[in-house]
Amino acid sequence: MAQLVFFNVFNGLIVGAFYALMALGLSLILNLSGVINFAHGGFLAIAAYLAYTLIPHVGFWGGLLLAPPLTAALGLLIERFLIRRLYRRDPLYGLLLTFGLAYVFEDATRYLWGAQSLPYPIPASLTTPISSTYFFLTGYRVFMVFLVAAAVGALFLVLKRTRLGIRIRAGTHDLETVSVLGTNVRILRNLNFGLGIYLAGLAGVLAAGMLGLEPTIGSSLIMPSFVAIIVGGLGSLPGTLLGGLLIGVASGVTTVFFPSATEAVMYVMMGAVLLVRPHGLLGEPGRAQ
Amino acid sequence: MSHDPSKKKFSRRTLVKAAAAAGAWQLVPRAVARAAGGEPVRFGFDDTLTGTYAALGKNTLIGCELAVEQINARGGILGRKVEMVVEDSTSGDAGTAVQKARKLIERDHVSFILGNVNSALALAMGQVTADRGILHIVPGGHTDAVTGTACHWNVFRVCNTTQMEANAVAPQLVKNAGKRWYYITPDYAFGHTLQAGLEKAGQKLGAVKAGADLTPLGTTDYSSYLIKAQAASPDVIIFLTQGADMINALKQAVQFGLEKRTHLAGAQQELEALEGLPPEARVGTWVFEWYWKQPGVPHLDAFVSAIRKKTGKVPTARTWQGYAAAWSCALAAHAAKSLDGVKLARAMQGLKLPPEIGLMPQAPFYRAGDHQLMPTLYVGQAQAGTAGSEDLFHVSQLVQGPEAAGPVEDSGCKLTWPHA
Amino acid sequence: MSRLRRAAPASLAAVLLVTMPWWLGAVGGYTELATRIVVLGLAAMALNFLLGFTGVLSFGHAAYFGLGGYGAAMALKYLAPSDALAVAVGVAAGTVAAALIGALIVKLRGVYFAMVTIAFGQVFYFITFRWDSVTGGDDGLTGWSRLPLRLGPLALDVQHRDLAFYYFVLALFGIAAAVMGAVLRSPFGRTLLAIRENERRARFLGIPVERHLWLSFVISGGFASLAGALFALLNNFIDPRALRWDQSGNFVIMAVLGGMRSFWGPLVGAGIFVVLQDFVSSRTENWMSFVGLFFVLVVLFFPRGVLGVLRRRASA
Repeated sequence: MAQLVFFNVFNGLIVGAFYALMALGLSLILNLSGVINFAHGGFLAIAAYLAYTLIPHVGFWGGLLLAPPLTAALGLLIERFLIRRLYRRDPLYGLLLTFGLAYVFEDATRYLWGAQSLPYPIPASLTTPISSTYFFLTGYRVFMVFLVAAAVGALFLVLKRTRLGIRIRAGTHDLETVSVLGTNVRILRNLNFGLGIYLAGLAGVLAAGMLGLEPTIGSSLIMPSFVAIIVGGLGSLPGTLLGGLLIGVASGVTTVFFPSATEAVMYVMMGAVLLVRPHGLLGEPGRAQ
Repeated sequence: MSHDPSKKKFSRRTLVKAAAAAGAWQLVPRAVARAAGGEPVRFGFDDTLTGTYAALGKNTLIGCELAVEQINARGGILGRKVEMVVEDSTSGDAGTAVQKARKLIERDHVSFILGNVNSALALAMGQVTADRGILHIVPGGHTDAVTGTACHWNVFRVCNTTQMEANAVAPQLVKNAGKRWYYITPDYAFGHTLQAGLEKAGQKLGAVKAGADLTPLGTTDYSSYLIKAQAASPDVIIFLTQGADMINALKQAVQFGLEKRTHLAGAQQELEALEGLPPEARVGTWVFEWYWKQPGVPHLDAFVSAIRKKTGKVPTARTWQGYAAAWSCALAAHAAKSLDGVKLARAMQGLKLPPEIGLMPQAPFYRAGDHQLMPTLYVGQAQAGTAGSEDLFHVSQLVQGPEAAGPVEDSGCKLTWPHA
Repeated sequence: MSRLRRAAPASLAAVLLVTMPWWLGAVGGYTELATRIVVLGLAAMALNFLLGFTGVLSFGHAAYFGLGGYGAAMALKYLAPSDALAVAVGVAAGTVAAALIGALIVKLRGVYFAMVTIAFGQVFYFITFRWDSVTGGDDGLTGWSRLPLRLGPLALDVQHRDLAFYYFVLALFGIAAAVMGAVLRSPFGRTLLAIRENERRARFLGIPVERHLWLSFVISGGFASLAGALFALLNNFIDPRALRWDQSGNFVIMAVLGGMRSFWGPLVGAGIFVVLQDFVSSRTENWMSFVGLFFVLVVLFFPRGVLGVLRRRASA
C-alpha cells in the first residue's frame, strides 16, 4: 500500500508538471493582458498536430523544436489582429473571443487532420521503462519532466534576467507606470502572449506523445490549469507552478483511496484554499479584488 | 409515478392525434406537396459528427450514404427516391440529439431515424421516436438497455449488446490469458454493462475479479489506474474504454511495458482505435463486430472497394453498421409496402439481411423478441502490421449471434405496441 | 410617459412570444425550437440580471441551470409525479447551490470572479458526472417524463402536446420576467445599478456591497435554475453537459449578442443563437467554426448587442 501511494505521488508530480506548463502560459497572459485564454487548449492541439505533420520530414526532435515556435507565431498574429482590440474593454469580451476561437480551432484541426485519433511516433530510445520496479517511469516521462523543468527554469530566468522579462514582471504589477517609463506596452503584451502560447505549444507536443492525438486533446487539460492558477494564487507564477504540482499529486493519491473523486479533489482543494486564503497560496491579496 | 397501463394506452392514442394536429397547423404547403406523391422518402440521420465520437459517427454516415445511393439506383423505396437528412447530435449532448430527432420528425417529416453511436443519446432518442411512432434503427450504441430493459416497439439495433461481446470473448480470455481479471472500465452505461457482462460470463468459466477501476470518459492520464492494476498482479488487464480513451490507456500501458508483465485485452475493439495506436500498442484479444477481411463471405470485396472508392480507406465495423442500418429501412418498407411506423416495425421483426447487405459468414437477422440483430462476432487478436497497414486484426474464432446473446428472456425487454 | 416607455417593449415582447409558434413555423422553425428559445432566453436573462445589471461576470451559470434540471428530473423520477413539484425542487436546488457558492466568491472581482465561477461550475459538473447511482452519470437521467398538468378538474396535456407545453413554459417565463423587472425597478435593483456604475462610491455611501452582490447572485442563479428545470422537462432528459462550462459560455454570448444593457436583450440573443445554431448545424458538420467565428464577430463588431445598437440608432 505504501508503495502504491509512493508510486502515485511520484506519478502525480509528473502529471502536475504537465498541468503547470500549461497553467504558466495561461497565467502569463492573464497577468499582463487580463485575458483568460480559453483557446489555450486549442493552441496546444495545433502545436501537437503541427509536430505530427513535421515529424516525417524533420524527425521527432525537429518536430519538438519547430512546432512550438510556429504555434507561438500564430499566437502573435491572433494577439495582433484580434485580442489587442479588446484590452480597453471589459474582460468579458476577451473571454468570449477566445471561447469562440477555441471552437474554431477544434473544428479546424478536425477539418484539416480528421476526427480520427492519429498515432504519434516517439523515438524507440524513449519508449522503454527505466527500471522494472518503477515501471511507470518510462524514458518519455522522465524526459518530459526534465524538459518541463528546463522550460520552467528558462522561463523564470528570462523573467528575472532579461529586459523583456523584467518589463513583463513590472507590467504585471503596474502596467501604466511601465508604459509611462517608455516601454511599448503593445509590443510587450504581444511578445508576452507569444511566450505563453509557446509554452502551450511545448505542452501540446509533449502531450501528443503520451495521449492520443485528436482534436479535443486540449479541452480536457484546460480546467486543471485554471484550478492550478487559482490554487497557486492569482498573479504569482511560482504559485501557478506550485498549484499545478499540488493538484497533480492530490489527484494521484486520491486515485488510490477514492477513485471516483479523482477530478473532484482539485475543486475541493480550490474551495478550501479560497475559504482560507481568498487570494490563493502565493497570490498577492490585492489582485483578486 | 402512476403508470396505470390503461392510462398509458389512452395517452399513446391521444399522442398520435396530437402529433397529427401539430403537423397539420405547421408547414401546410409541404403537407400538400407530400400528398402529391412526388416527395422523396426521407431518412433522418442523427449521429455524432463532432466531439469524441466524431470518427465513429462519420464512418457510420459513409455507410449510410453508400446504402442510399444503392437504394436509389435500384428504384428507391415504394417508387420514391430516398433522401437523407443529416444532423449532428454532438458526441454527448442528449438535449441536442433529442432536439434534432424532433426536428427531423416534425419539420423534415422523415420516415426513419438512424442513430446513435453514443448509447445514452440512442436511449434518449428512442423515447422520442417511440412517442412519435417512427421506425428507429440504432447502428452503433451498445448498452444492453437499448434492446433490453429500455426497448421500444419501434427501435431496432444493428450493433451487438455488451453482453453478447462479453459472452463471445470470455472463453478466449480464460484460454489465452488466465483467470484473474482486472478491469479498466469507462464510467458510463456502456462500460458498466460491459463489465457486468464479463463478470457474469467469466464466473461461469471460473474467472475471478482481481480488481476494477472506473475511469471517467475523456480521461487522459491512465498511469495511476495502471499502477494500481499492476499492483493487484492480475493475469489480464481488461480495457473496456473506447475511442480516444482506449488509445490513451493502451498507449500508456504499452509504454509502461505492461504487455510484457501481464496480458492486455478487452471486449470490444474497433479498427478506428487500432489505426490510432502506434504499432507496438496493437496487442491483445478482442471482439470485432465486423471485419473487412473474411474468407468465404460473398459480395464482401465489392463492398470494400465501393467504400475504398469513396474514402480511400477500408470500411470499418461502423461503416458496415451504417450500411446495414440504412438498407434495413428499405428492406422493411419493401416488405411492409408502407411507411407506417407500426407496419414497418412488424416487417422488421425476424427480417433477415441478404448476403450483399449482411456481408457476414451467416446471414444476420433481427430477433423478434427484442429487436436485436443477430450477427456473427469476430473474436481474435490485434496485430501490429506495418506503417500504413490496413489489416490490423487477426480473426481466430467466429461466434454466432444467438449463441452469444442467450435467450430473449434474459434481455429484459418487454415490447409494448401502440395499438395493442 | 416613463410607464408607457416601459410598457411598450414589454407588450411587443408579449405579442411576439405568444404568436411565436406560428411565425417561427412559417420561416422553417418548429414548436420545439420556440420552446427552446424561451427556455434558453430565460437562462440568459437570469444571467444578465447579474452581468448587465450588477456588472459581475459569471461564467459558471450552467451549474445552476443544470442543477435546476437535475432537481426537476429527480423529483419526477424519485419523489412524485407532478410537474409543479419538479419545477419547485429544481429551483430550490439551484438557488441553494448559488447561495453557497455566492458566499464563497463575492469578494472576488473581474476576471478572477469569472474564473472562479467557471471552476466552481465544474464541481457540480463532476458531481453529476461521477455520482451515477443517483444522477445516471454521463448517460444522463432517464426513465421519467413530464406529465399532464392537473388543476382540479382542469387538465392540460403538456406531456404530449408541444404547443400546450410551449404556453406552459411561456407562462412561467412571463412570471419570471415580471418578477425580475420588478426587482430591478425596486430600490434594491437601483442599488445594484449603482454598484455596477461605481462600486467604490457605493461602498462609501455605506451600501453593504458584498451582501447586495450575493443576493443578486442568488436571484440570478435562482432564475437560471428555473430555466434549467424547464429545459429538463422540455427534453424529458437531463445530463451533465447541461452544467458544463461551454453551456455557461453560450448563456454569456446570448446576453452580449442581444444587448446586455437592455432587459429583453438576452431573449433576442437567445433567439438568434438558437436559430442560427439549429440552421447551421443542419447544413454543415463544421458548424463549430461558424458558431466560433460568430462569437468573434459579435465581440469585435457588435459588443453592444442587437438591442444596444437599435436603441442607439433610435436615440441618435
